[in-house]
Parts: sequence; C-alpha cells; structure tokens
Amino acid sequence: MEPLSPFVAIAGGLLIGTAAALLLLLNGRIAGVSGMLATTTRIGTGGPPWRQAAAFIVGLPLGALLIVTFVRKPDLVIAASPTGLVVAGLLVGFGTRLGNGCTSGHGVCGMARLAPRSILATLTFIATAVLTVFAMRHLLGI
Amino acid sequence: MRSVLAALLVGAIFGAGLVLSDMVNPARVRAFLDVAGQWDPTLMFVMGAALIPSALAYMIRRKLAQPVLASRFFVPENAAPDRRLLGGAALFGIGWGIAGFCPGPALAGLVLGAWQAWLFVAAMLVGMIAHRLLPVPANTVPTT
Repeated sequence: MEPLSPFVAIAGGLLIGTAAALLLLLNGRIAGVSGMLATTTRIGTGGPPWRQAAAFIVGLPLGALLIVTFVRKPDLVIAASPTGLVVAGLLVGFGTRLGNGCTSGHGVCGMARLAPRSILATLTFIATAVLTVFAMRHLLGI
Repeated sequence: MRSVLAALLVGAIFGAGLVLSDMVNPARVRAFLDVAGQWDPTLMFVMGAALIPSALAYMIRRKLAQPVLASRFFVPENAAPDRRLLGGAALFGIGWGIAGFCPGPALAGLVLGAWQAWLFVAAMLVGMIAHRLLPVPANTVPTT
C-alpha cells in the first residue's frame, strides 16, 4: 500500500470535520454515524428525526461516489475473512450501541467538545483495536 | 425540509472526506493500528484535521441561541463515564481492529465495489439488533 500524502489526509479530515460542524450549526445535531444508522433502520431511538438521519445515511455513500468519480478511486484492501467480517460487524454493531457512539460521534464530535465520556471512549476503542491488530498480526499471524 | 436537505449534504461531505482521506480502506486503518509493524500515520492526520472545524463549531455554538435550522441544540450532557460506555467502546475497538471497518467507512464501502462491506454492514445491523433485544439496562445518557 502506497503512503498517502499528509496533505490529502488533512484535506479529507477537514471535510469530515466540516460535515460535523455544519450538522451542529445547522441542525443542532451530532454527526454520529452509528447512531444515525440505528435511527434510520429504526433499531435505535433517541437520535435525530428519522428523515434527517436517513438523509445523512443516504448522503454518505453518495459523497463517497462523488470523490470516486471525480477525484480518486481508492484501492480497498480487506484482509479479513468472511468469518472475520461477521464477527467484526457483530462487535461493532453491538459495541457502538452499548457505548453510544463510534469513531465519528465520540472521536470527531465528542473529543472536539472535550466531553470526558467521548475522550475516554475514543482512547478505549483505539487501545483495544491496537491490541487486536497486534494479537492478530504479531502473535497469531492471521 | 431544509434540515433534511442539510443532513443529506452533510452526509455527502462526510462520505467524500472518508474516501479522499482513504479512511474507507481497511488496510490503511489497520496500518495505523499496527504500531508494532509498518505504521501508517494517515488516520492521525485525518482525525487531527477533522477536530479543527468540529471544535470551532462547538465554540461558535456557545455564542448562538439556537442552530440555523432547528429550535435548539441536541448535544448530550457531560455525564460521568460508566462501565457500559467503556465495555461498548472496548467491543467496538476489537471489531474495528479485526476488519478495519467502522460504521462510516463500511457504509461508504457499500458503493465502492467491495462485497466485504455488505457482509460487514449486515453483521453490524444484527449486532445492533442484538443489543436492543438483550436485557441491557436502558441507556440513561442521550445517544451521541
């Protein structure tokens, strides 16, 4: 995998942060993907009105397609086996509901407003993710 | 209606940022998490940059009586962390490490020609349903 220019990474990050900023200042809402997905599928409650959540969830892949079409086509490399993907998906779905958020809600929005819960959640999921990758790659060799 | 259009636009900007920064690529994300291997700093740059406009908006918010298109701000109160938060975050991190997908990139991956994203998203929805069905105490803290 080729290194990505830090400038491109920063430009992408600024877009993500701008999205979070606009959602707060326009709609008064937190840009948390797991929560919006739960609201959109009606699995969870307590998020924004359904139409707002669904519009965000539809917009996300549309914006992805715009970049793929006009800027760059990412070369996705996915090492996980089907079993790994299922286990990972179950953990991510369950964990984000139990912990009230994911990389966007806790990482980008919660940390930006220095919410102690979000800072702690972000440190926790980065720590367990680092340990998981370490165990898989360097201990188990999978 | 305008708030729905705003949410659509915001979702699109979010998805565009995920692809531009290559955060949709599980190998890129796992390379950041692999601190003992060929470490890739990309996620650090992305997160750092994302926090700038986000933090600015939360500062501007304090000067505003209400958002542009809504009657009030819906931002959770700063409650104390609890075991549910930490347990949920820990489980989420394990899944994130295994696949290199978190919810946003997985949803973007649905349109990037990766069948793995479909399998992951299906399992993720099952995981969310499982949380709703299992007798986990009701959330007392508003959802972020």
